[in-house]
Amino acid sequence: MNVLKLAVKNIIKNPLNLLMSTILFGLGVGLISFLLLFNTQLREKFDKNLADIDLVVGAKGSPLQMILCNMYHIDNPTGNISVKDAAPLLRDGHPLIKKAIPLSLGDNYKSYRIVGTNYDFMSLYDGQLSSGKLWENDLEVVIGSTVAAETGLKLGDTFESSHGLISDDHVHEDVVFVVTGIIYGTGSVLDQLILTNTSSIWKVHAHHEDHEDHDADEHHHHDHDHHHDNSNAHLLHHADEQITSVLIQFKNKTNFQALNFGRNINENTDLQAASPAIEINRLYSMIGIGADILRGLALLIAAVSALFVFIMMFKSMRERKYELAIMRVLGARRAKLFLLIITEGVLLALIGLIIGLILGHAGMEIVSKYLKEDFRYVFSGLRWLPEEGFIVIASLILGVIAAIIPAIQAARTDINKTLTRK
Amino acid sequence: MYNIVFTGFLFDCLPLIFPEIIKIHYFCSMIQTKNLVYSYSGSESIHFPDIHCDAGEILLVLGSSGVGKTTLLHLLGGILKIQQGSVCIDGTELSSLSGAVADHFRGQHIGIVFQQNHFVEALNVLENVILAQNLAGKKTDKKKAMALLEQLNVGHKYGKYVRHLSQGEKQRVAIARALVNDPKLVLADELTSALDDENCNEVLNLLENHARDTASALIVVTHDTRLKDKIDRKVILESK
Repeated sequence: MNVLKLAVKNIIKNPLNLLMSTILFGLGVGLISFLLLFNTQLREKFDKNLADIDLVVGAKGSPLQMILCNMYHIDNPTGNISVKDAAPLLRDGHPLIKKAIPLSLGDNYKSYRIVGTNYDFMSLYDGQLSSGKLWENDLEVVIGSTVAAETGLKLGDTFESSHGLISDDHVHEDVVFVVTGIIYGTGSVLDQLILTNTSSIWKVHAHHEDHEDHDADEHHHHDHDHHHDNSNAHLLHHADEQITSVLIQFKNKTNFQALNFGRNINENTDLQAASPAIEINRLYSMIGIGADILRGLALLIAAVSALFVFIMMFKSMRERKYELAIMRVLGARRAKLFLLIITEGVLLALIGLIIGLILGHAGMEIVSKYLKEDFRYVFSGLRWLPEEGFIVIASLILGVIAAIIPAIQAARTDINKTLTRK
Repeated sequence: MYNIVFTGFLFDCLPLIFPEIIKIHYFCSMIQTKNLVYSYSGSESIHFPDIHCDAGEILLVLGSSGVGKTTLLHLLGGILKIQQGSVCIDGTELSSLSGAVADHFRGQHIGIVFQQNHFVEALNVLENVILAQNLAGKKTDKKKAMALLEQLNVGHKYGKYVRHLSQGEKQRVAIARALVNDPKLVLADELTSALDDENCNEVLNLLENHARDTASALIVVTHDTRLKDKIDRKVILESK
């Protein structure tokens, strides 16, 4: 009958108290662990998807919406811009711009977005083909790993897209995409996208909006089908067509002109430029208030549960003073009784901690299902973060703190006074 | 002549070389008190008569309530700190021990049955007896604990929680707990006042036999006059 075994028996003896204190403690820990998981993974997603993009240029509207739409693919576009307007950015040899990547959104397959762009887009996210080859002709697509896994599309499979960015019944029936390549999982937004060239998007919409022009249009695009899709030169031939945005990387980020580039666009053109870093920081600070309140609440719950454990143990000392005195008679040192009560406190904290971590991770796993359905973002409740080590340590310390006064009380047990008091 | 001097010298040296031997030599009793005086703060001091009890012997300490029976028992059991005088158990002076050493000594060598016995509520009967073994720093000996419970007719209750036992059964479990470590000294406070005549005899016989078998001293503190005729050696406490 060592101290640990005795402590276990003692805390099991009162199941109601055990349940109350551990569940309360578990709720606090669970909320903290959930917030930690959620925040960390959200930031990771956002940071990974920043992809070193310095500026997004699109149609005027909410800059945050434009960033969310064009970089994170979780919001609707602010509108379209004409190639003509974007031409100065797309042209090769711009003194400030290292890369300008056009994006055309507007269609989806089973709510996975089809993005018309060029090969550079993949390299933003270090995307590598796991099988197949890059698109060469119109209506050929390369799909992200999540798309492949969730839709079951394989190399050579064909599919019809739906109009808009979320799945609906309106299918572009005449236009059939074919899968030519699949990209390795990158953990970035690339995994949930279907990539093709810009003219494929135009083609789909030409079908949709302009059925009569079909033949001419087809022919028209065909001229450029075999362009190597790494330069924007061919886009510039279609000045009247529209794209959604242009992602820009500067040659030198700290260049004075580069820093003013966005403001110049906003003030002098019909386009809108926004810096992802600034917009995302704005978003963090908006979410941050809510997260802070939740975190405060979680800490409060944990503190209340520790207080509950303290009161419970403090009260039980009065009932247990006789058995503590008897243990002293039987040869238990004061230190042993101290250790016994501390062990009980730590055990309660430990059980609460385990309940909490399970709650936090299960909660994250459940929420991640919704996030996946709504945003196609993959979060995981099965990941363990190094910061959770701090939660473990803090919980155990809290257990010791809650038990320390009762433990001192137990160690001070006076056998004679306790046993002679009638 | 030379021979006598040498032997005398050797004899003088012995306590230096083997202090343990000398202690046993000086006190042939298992327990011996001298000039024991105790006073609770703010009240008159209680003077106790010197008592001694040999191995295998039973001593009855009689006295009406309020004369300090329990105080004496707590002094002998190392529960109360000795203020004046000495208590020597099997050659060890109790007042020389303190803190954890005293706790360990008490656990190993003294078994106490209280008037009102308390148990660890979360443990069953057998576990409570085993706890006594563990707290005394001895190895768990389930067989021995079980055998004692059987001897005391509470073997069948080994898995029960103590709170479900009758007063008499609790008493027996407490006795088993006190005896399980084969202590040199067994102290019993109002051992029989809760028992009827039949049980009183039975319990007393059992303790007597145990004291004889294990060569331990048994001191029964009581105001129960039934025991007067059953135990030869008695000390009567009187208030001054």
